[in-house]
Amino acid sequence: MTSGQRRLSAVATAALVVSLAAACGGDAKPTSEGTSSAAAAPGESQGAALSGEVKTDGSSTVAPLTQAASELFGEEQPQVKVPVGSSGTGGGFEKFCNGETDISNASRPIKDEEKAACEAKGIKFAELTVATDALTVVVSKENDWATCLTTDQLKKMWEPAAEGKVKTWKDVDPKFPAEELKLYGPGTDSGTFDYFTDEINGEEGASRKDYSPSENDNDIVTGVFGAKGGLGYFGFTYFEENADKLKAIEIDSGSGCVAPSVEAAQGGKYTPLARPLFVYPSAAAVKRPEVAAFLDYYVANIGTIAKDAKFIPLNPEQEAKLKSDLESLKSQG
Amino acid sequence: MAILSTPRSAVQLASKGRPLREHLFRIALLASLAIAIAFLAMLIVYVVEEGWPRLDSTLWENQPSIRRPETAGIQSGILGTLWIIGLTALMALPTGILAAIYLEEYADKTKWYNRLIELNISNLAAVPSIVYGILGLGMIARWMQFGFTVMTGALTVSLLVLPIVIISAREAIRAVPPSIREGSLALGATQWQTIYRQVLPASVPGIATGSILALSRAIGEAAPFLMLGAATLVRFNPEGVWSTFTVLPLQIYSFIARPQEEFAILAAAAIVILLAILLLMNSVAIWLRNRYQKRW
Repeated sequence: MTSGQRRLSAVATAALVVSLAAACGGDAKPTSEGTSSAAAAPGESQGAALSGEVKTDGSSTVAPLTQAASELFGEEQPQVKVPVGSSGTGGGFEKFCNGETDISNASRPIKDEEKAACEAKGIKFAELTVATDALTVVVSKENDWATCLTTDQLKKMWEPAAEGKVKTWKDVDPKFPAEELKLYGPGTDSGTFDYFTDEINGEEGASRKDYSPSENDNDIVTGVFGAKGGLGYFGFTYFEENADKLKAIEIDSGSGCVAPSVEAAQGGKYTPLARPLFVYPSAAAVKRPEVAAFLDYYVANIGTIAKDAKFIPLNPEQEAKLKSDLESLKSQG
Repeated sequence: MAILSTPRSAVQLASKGRPLREHLFRIALLASLAIAIAFLAMLIVYVVEEGWPRLDSTLWENQPSIRRPETAGIQSGILGTLWIIGLTALMALPTGILAAIYLEEYADKTKWYNRLIELNISNLAAVPSIVYGILGLGMIARWMQFGFTVMTGALTVSLLVLPIVIISAREAIRAVPPSIREGSLALGATQWQTIYRQVLPASVPGIATGSILALSRAIGEAAPFLMLGAATLVRFNPEGVWSTFTVLPLQIYSFIARPQEEFAILAAAAIVILLAILLLMNSVAIWLRNRYQKRW
């Protein structure tokens, strides 16, 4: 070897070090996690060890639920891989209807144009309601004037016509002080935004634009926490985790004030801000044993999974409907 | 002339004639350096302090978990990142260095098409990474049907760093004095022998530094992977180039959006790991440069 060749091979070695490190790491041992509190899955998924991959993507709100299902299912069927993406409800459906994923998570029902895209590719699916969320309207702990807001008052704050006009709490209701109203909410790509604007402002996507939008709900927490006249909305989990920092507003949709809670959302009293969360499995994918086993597990243990992922579990009727919906999907030709 | 030839009198003159300006310039330089270092130090102190409780072996032994944030790890992300960087190094470095050799040693710079190529490579280096993500999604994942795999990610990132590798390798090759080439050719070596035995070994330090800095850029990218639809929660390690994968920046991105405080700590700990990998790569670059540096 000439000295030049030696030098070159040294460089080649250096370039390879990283790739070798990657290659050697592939056989790392599986994770050591304690036994789960989940009930064992019944019947079919207990059988032979399956393998394969169940690709899921979609809403970042629903992702933790499918992730929890994926974790628990992994303890039963360690060879089945369930990666969970979070491209958002719309982004998830785009891939789903392109045949690139097996299950799509969604925080709103599939739209007509998305349905058309699925049909064009011959992708059949079912809509499974897997959990409930209570969109929670929060204010600062220092806010001592508002404990309950009517949906009309919320509309007054958030409707497009409020832009530049409704600037203080007094503008919403003369009984409130003239404290500056600082609004925080999710960005326009979010299914949460779609749902809230649809229910409160009467039209999906119609909202005033002069609020502070954020794709990260933790920013809304920080924003409302720091502003005496602040108000924001997000999923119930984010309120539960920050209950020491924020105050949840009771919602009056015409039949009295209802505070957001697990019971109110389950019982259908927390209207109109309690919303269903969905997963959409494709009919073709369900024919694969690993996908069927995963869905069976998901549905059979939905209560545990929802509790683990800190979602509001379904009520018994909804759970029964979920089970029959899955059965009818599986029996589809 | 006398001033230039006698250093001492030059210094005396400078300190007498314009002490204030000299001082101000020095202060401005130091302040710029201080700002850069202060921000870096703040970032490091913040993430280490925040992530300290989780900087233990569970971090790389465990897989991420949505249910147990307090013991969740980032193993799939660390290995995913290493796979991507390793494959990118294998694909982008040889291609980039060979392209640089062609442009420096063979291409006729008076031809318009070679100048056009040069201009385009410089432009490509400034294209935002998300654009490469869109390209990777449309071309590699969908049209070439590679799906959302390690291969797709590595190819996309290779395209992303290729212009940087080419530009830095060209600079390194250009820095080799022409006299070395001329000497080699005069002794009867062919052009290929001259490049392989003289030019390349002499430019190794520059090429290595540039390449590793380019890979360091790739390691911190999240945007193209988001575009490619890499899953954010993956509880298994990549087993090959056709595996589904995730990378550290994506995991960090998904952790900070979670409501639980434990995920913020986990994200900080993951950032420390990412910084450590970066630091390691940059140290290799510095070591290579010092080891092979040659002066003429």
